[in-house]
Amino acid sequence: MAEHLQREIREMKKAILEIGAVVEESLHKAVKALQERDEKLAKSVIDNDVEIDHMEVDMEEECLKVLALHQPVASDLRLIVSILKINNDLERIGDLAVNIAERAAFLATQNAIDIPLDFPLMAEKTKAMLRKSLDALVNGDSRLAYEVCAADDEVDAINRQMYLQVQDAIRRHPDRVESLIHLLSVSRHMERIADHATNIAEDVIYMTEGEIVRHRTEDYPSQSRRV
Amino acid sequence: MGEDLDKLKIQVNNLNLWYSSFQALKDVNASFKERLITAIIGPSGCGKTTLLRVFNRMNDLVEGVRVAGTVMVDGINVIAPDTDLMTLRRKIGMVFQRPNPFPLSTYENVVFGPRIHGRAGKNELDDIAEKSLQAVLLWDELKDRLDKPALSLSLEQQQRLCIARLIAVRSDILLLDEPCSALDPQATQAIEELMRGLKNNYTLIVVTHNMQQAARVSDETGFMLLGELIEFGETDQIFTRPRDKRTEDYITGRFG
Repeated sequence: MAEHLQREIREMKKAILEIGAVVEESLHKAVKALQERDEKLAKSVIDNDVEIDHMEVDMEEECLKVLALHQPVASDLRLIVSILKINNDLERIGDLAVNIAERAAFLATQNAIDIPLDFPLMAEKTKAMLRKSLDALVNGDSRLAYEVCAADDEVDAINRQMYLQVQDAIRRHPDRVESLIHLLSVSRHMERIADHATNIAEDVIYMTEGEIVRHRTEDYPSQSRRV
Repeated sequence: MGEDLDKLKIQVNNLNLWYSSFQALKDVNASFKERLITAIIGPSGCGKTTLLRVFNRMNDLVEGVRVAGTVMVDGINVIAPDTDLMTLRRKIGMVFQRPNPFPLSTYENVVFGPRIHGRAGKNELDDIAEKSLQAVLLWDELKDRLDKPALSLSLEQQQRLCIARLIAVRSDILLLDEPCSALDPQATQAIEELMRGLKNNYTLIVVTHNMQQAARVSDETGFMLLGELIEFGETDQIFTRPRDKRTEDYITGRFG
């Protein structure tokens, strides 16, 4: 029976990684569509989201099935509960990628704005967080997960910076206010994606160490602490 | 936590036990809290039943057994040679895997102990029988046929009756050795429910192979392996984040 459960768990790990890969691809394309003003690419991200939604539902059903049939405990239980939650975060990241793609599709129809907003840097950091959180999940590597949590502050800071820059740009180019608001939304979506990546990392920490680190006011501990 | 520490019912210190040359218990240290259910889990031959049997000196019956260490129950070392076994076994009762009612009527089963212990008044015995059967939720079912043979009851009823016998002699610690392994799932559920109710007044220690049962019913759990107590702690901690790799391997079925 335990062997059977381990087989199911291996399958689940594979499945959540597949979802992760599809979501990563979706985010990558959305950002690319934004940068290259590629309306067609943006539309493909929007169309592809339904696939992520289906995968999310299948994954959740699989988790519920294994919980009901095997009643796993200890690390097995923590893994499945983490996958259940990470699944949800990934699906939300997929939605946010769609939101970015929608902005990209709109902006592609407008004249380009010549303002030095550093989206490539923000996108790189956010994508790196997502990739690292998934690596942390696969390898059960809490050290990597803590790095993701720490990186979230950087993305938050960039988002705040974007806000100030856009505010300034609106003052100087009031005729471009609509496009600028769309750009600000992209920054906000990116920041939310980083938050979801952080959630994934926190779940990985729970999975590996059995400690729930969410909502801690102090800095993330570098190692698990047991009372 | 602080106040729980004051209510230790059984304290085991450096307990070692040998059956001739085979060491069945190795340096076991544990504290069992009053009015809680403590489960002891572990693979066959790990020493969990042996540990249970130390508490009321059942191992005395085994030839070549040797015990070292202390087991303090309410401040008395029960493995001291001068312990009054009659009193000890009245205070610490045991329920076995297979229900073992005497081939007597239900009523006679319940009052058997009190009679032996010299509480013989008919009214008093009737009273004890009623209260004991009520405690195990058998009274309403059986009150009109107390004179029927106990062996004609269902297995679940027989197991309840065995617990009622302990209550009748005012045991305050109940040792249960695989109490549900002969029962179907529904009867198991009923006995587990009874255990939960009994912990308001009794300290229960249950040895079980059924880990789900340990998880469902107990407040604290000890995991034993090859005569050692590997890990002991709150049940929810043991089943969500065990500290020892060996506990983890056993409860997740990766063992061996």
